Amino acid sequence: MDYGPDRILRMIQLGEKDRLLQSSDIWLCASCETCGTRCPNEIDIARVMDGLRQLALIEGATIAEPSSIKFHKLFLFVVQNMGRMHEASVLLAHKLWTLNLLADMDSGAMMFIKGKVPLMPKPVKRRSEIKRIYDATRIKNSE
Amino acid sequence: MDFSYYPGCSLHSTACEYNDSVQETFKLLGAGLYELDDWNCCGASSAHSLNHALSLALPARNLAIAQKAGRDVVMPCAACFNRHKTADYAMRTDPEKRLYLEKAVDFTFSGSVQVRPLLDVIGNQIGLHQVKSLVKQPLHGLRVVGYYGCLLVRPPKITQFENPDNPTLMNRLLDTLGAEARPWSYATDCCGGGLTLTKSSLAAKLVNRLVDKAREAGAQALVTSCPLCQVNLEMRQSGGKTSGQEKMPVFYFTELMGLAFGLDQARSWWSKHLINPVPLLNSLTL
Repeated sequence: MDYGPDRILRMIQLGEKDRLLQSSDIWLCASCETCGTRCPNEIDIARVMDGLRQLALIEGATIAEPSSIKFHKLFLFVVQNMGRMHEASVLLAHKLWTLNLLADMDSGAMMFIKGKVPLMPKPVKRRSEIKRIYDATRIKNSE
Repeated sequence: MDFSYYPGCSLHSTACEYNDSVQETFKLLGAGLYELDDWNCCGASSAHSLNHALSLALPARNLAIAQKAGRDVVMPCAACFNRHKTADYAMRTDPEKRLYLEKAVDFTFSGSVQVRPLLDVIGNQIGLHQVKSLVKQPLHGLRVVGYYGCLLVRPPKITQFENPDNPTLMNRLLDTLGAEARPWSYATDCCGGGLTLTKSSLAAKLVNRLVDKAREAGAQALVTSCPLCQVNLEMRQSGGKTSGQEKMPVFYFTELMGLAFGLDQARSWWSKHLINPVPLLNSLTL
C-alpha cells in the first residue's frame, strides 16, 4: 500500500484526486471492514474505497493494479451472461488477459482433478431478469 | 424447522464438500433446507468494487425469490451472507434505495424474511443442545482454532452477528463436538481471500501469519465457516515437505459436525481438500 486508510481520508479532504485514483491502495484494500468497524468517527472506509475505485473507472484514471480490475471485469461479465460465477471461464480468461499463464497451475490442476472446478457452467434459467438488473444499474462512464 | 437455502456459487464448485456436509448434517438435525429457485450470484467483491448499485441489485433478486418462498434464508458462505445482508439492510433503512432496487428487480420488498448465516442458525435457532444430542463420536484430542474471518462479523451494524472483536459461537460449537477449541486472538483477522488471485503474495503473507498464530495457540487445524477463507488458507499456506513444517488442515465446521455425528460420508469430504486432513484424524483415531 502506498498510503494506508488514514492518509487516504486526509487526501480526500485535501482534494488530491489524481494521486488517490492512481494509488494502489484502492485496489489492495481487501474490504475486511476492520478499519471502518473501529473508526471513532464512524467512517465507512471500505465504502469510501469502493467509491474511489468507481471514480477511477469513470474518470479513466491509470489503474495501479490492472490485474485486479481485469479480474473484477471478467467476473461481472460472466455473471452478466450466466447469472452465476463459472470459475473455469473466469480463471482461464484472467490468465490469458494478464499473460500470467503459469501462476497457480499446481493448485488449479489439483482442484480440477478433485472435481472442484466444473467445466460446464450452470447458468440461471431466467437470464432476462439478470439482464434487466445489469441494464438498470449500468454506470455511464468513459469506458 | 424449515429454511430456504442459498448455497452460492462456491458451494457448487470449490466448496462442494461444504455443501455436502451442510446438507447431510441438516438431515440429522431435523431441519429442512429448500434451495432457492433459480438463484443468482451475489456479485461478490467484484460488484461492490466496480458498481455499487449492481452490488445491491444482484442480491435483491435473491431476496425477492426468498420472500416469495416465505422462509428465512440460510447462507453458508460468509461473503454471500454479507452481500445479501447489506442489500437487506439498505432496503430496510433507506426508502430511496428500496424504491430503486424494487424497480431494478421488479418486486415489492416486504421485509418478511430474514437473511441468516449458517453458524447462527445452527448455534442459536436449532441449538447446541440438539447438536450435542447427535454426537456419536466426540472429537476428543482434536485441538483447533475457530476462524470467522471478516464478512460474517463485520460491519457489525449490518451483520448483526456477535461481538465483532470476540465472537464465541464457533468455539462453543466445537467444544460441544468434543474438540478442544484453543483461545487465540486472530479469529476475525483477514486472510486476504479477496486478493488471493490478483495479489497472491499478499494473501500468502496474511495466511501464513494466521497459520503461525494458530500453531502458537496449540492448534492442529483451523476451522472456518467461509468457502473463500477455506480455499485461500489451503492454497496460500507455505510449508510441506521442503520446509520441515507440516501444513495445517482447514476444516469447515459442518464437516467436523458430520464427523462427530458419525456420518460415513465424511470420508468423501477429506479427499476434496488441498491439504489432506486424514493423517491428523488417523493419529487421533477419528
